[in-house]
Amino acid sequence: MSVYRTLVRRELGAAFKSLTGYIVVAATLLLTGVGLVDLIDRINITATPRPITEIFFSQYLMFWYTLILTTPIITMRTFAAERSSGTYEALVTTPVTDWQLVLSKFVGALLFFVIAWLPFLAVLFVLRKVTHQPELMAMPSTVGAFTGLFLIGSLYTAIGCFASSITHNQIIAAVSSFCVGGGLWALTIRPGVEDAPHSFWIRFMDYISVTRHMQDFSQGFVDLRAVIFYVTMTALFLFFTHRVIETRRWF
Amino acid sequence: METLPPMIEVQSLTKKYPGHLAVDDISFTVGRGEVVGFLGHNGAGKSTTMRILSCFMPATSGTARVAGHDVFHESEEVRRRIGYMPENNPLHLDMRVREYLKFRARLKGLGWRRSRERVDTVMGQCGLTDVSKRIIGQLSKGFRQRVGLADALVHEPDLIILDEPTIGLDPHQIRSVRALIKQLGEKHTVLLSTHILSEVEVTCARVLIMQEGRIVADARTEDLEKELSLDGQVIVEIAAEAEAIRAVLEEVEEIENLSIVPLEAGFNRAIITPMPGADLRLMISEQARSHGWAVQELTRRRHSLEDMFIHLTRKEPRKGVRN
Repeated sequence: MSVYRTLVRRELGAAFKSLTGYIVVAATLLLTGVGLVDLIDRINITATPRPITEIFFSQYLMFWYTLILTTPIITMRTFAAERSSGTYEALVTTPVTDWQLVLSKFVGALLFFVIAWLPFLAVLFVLRKVTHQPELMAMPSTVGAFTGLFLIGSLYTAIGCFASSITHNQIIAAVSSFCVGGGLWALTIRPGVEDAPHSFWIRFMDYISVTRHMQDFSQGFVDLRAVIFYVTMTALFLFFTHRVIETRRWF
Repeated sequence: METLPPMIEVQSLTKKYPGHLAVDDISFTVGRGEVVGFLGHNGAGKSTTMRILSCFMPATSGTARVAGHDVFHESEEVRRRIGYMPENNPLHLDMRVREYLKFRARLKGLGWRRSRERVDTVMGQCGLTDVSKRIIGQLSKGFRQRVGLADALVHEPDLIILDEPTIGLDPHQIRSVRALIKQLGEKHTVLLSTHILSEVEVTCARVLIMQEGRIVADARTEDLEKELSLDGQVIVEIAAEAEAIRAVLEEVEEIENLSIVPLEAGFNRAIITPMPGADLRLMISEQARSHGWAVQELTRRRHSLEDMFIHLTRKEPRKGVRN
């Protein structure tokens, strides 16, 4: 356990010792902030009874752009950087197990993801305080949206860790995890899914639709099926990562 | 009392990369407390062998055991017992010296208190105390190398494996790193690789010479040197006429070849090649004394390990020379 803690601390430390870490936090805050300002402008023109969190997380593209762009940058260094600098050799020749390695890298990146999004939560609270409109960010919607954000973030982080584990090159890691993450989003963004006939594929796409999940979450519905989907998919990508790490001991 | 298994036991170890045979069926044993030098050109298979021993990569065939544990099947046990410094000494350049060593100590399973104690000890041992708060990326190469060494020994491993520990250092730094390795050899088993021969002469009691993935020589450094110096030429500088020297020395049966070169101030230098196995120094000094000749130098030219290395790796790459 202490080895695991040491590794997680190192992961977080490395993220904040590099400029990249601060840039990611700043970029997340900037993109979401710009999005929020734009959204408030629109609400000022056309009134809506829905909480701002619901609109932001379910319909607003800026949220998805931020998520899909920043997670590959958070995760790209996890394995690829260690491999290209050679510290990977020093790391895997210590008595650290492969699972300790994979989980600590994942948890470190996920914690960083959470840290990068926390300022946005603070912004929402400030907004609520300033506007004196509690309904602007209704509690169920906020809790649901951030639970969803955490779950989707876990999956995207796991995808990023996997992408980083298969290469020496951080750019390749970032681009491939961007493609998978972006692809998953683009594939399931199809509108009007609810009206379509209930064929297997439509139901399947609906089940894996990250945008659809986020709509539910941001309305305050935490659907257990969606939770299971994210937990299993995250576990699956971590398992793949573990496999990649393990196979490197075989050849 | 149960006898402990040898520190390293390598049996018919082979490592193939696609289209290239890096290590070709090598076997050797290293006992506890030995300091062994792995010598060879770049690409001779030294690093590959070390990487297999440190569980970084598996062998294609054959077995390797460290302290009785198989490197493939009991990798965790092996990794617990070794301190490995990879080639080029990769470090986290963004960390501070003390922070890095503590991080490494914790990874190697040391508790909080123990890791603090050990880090202090190894920093003292490696002369890092003054730079303990410096960022590794800002240190000179010599200091970085010491950080790598400190890392290798922070958890008091039974076996220390160092892949080219003095590469890229200036002569001063090489000296201090060598002194450190020698000191380590008093307590630990050390396996180090290098292509600098004098390094092996200075630090190692035993040498394994590798060439094209094979071990071409395995001997004690001392024995090698002795063997090499036996057929060495004797050089003597005497204040006497060349003819007189020739007359005296030509009577000695054990001399195979003799050449005399005149020097300044009435001195002549005689270069004497003896018959194999003969040591002529005593005889020559006695002859000089009995004739009343002044001697300003009497020495036996020793083959260096370098000569041996070139001899072995050039002429007979496939013939094993064993002690």
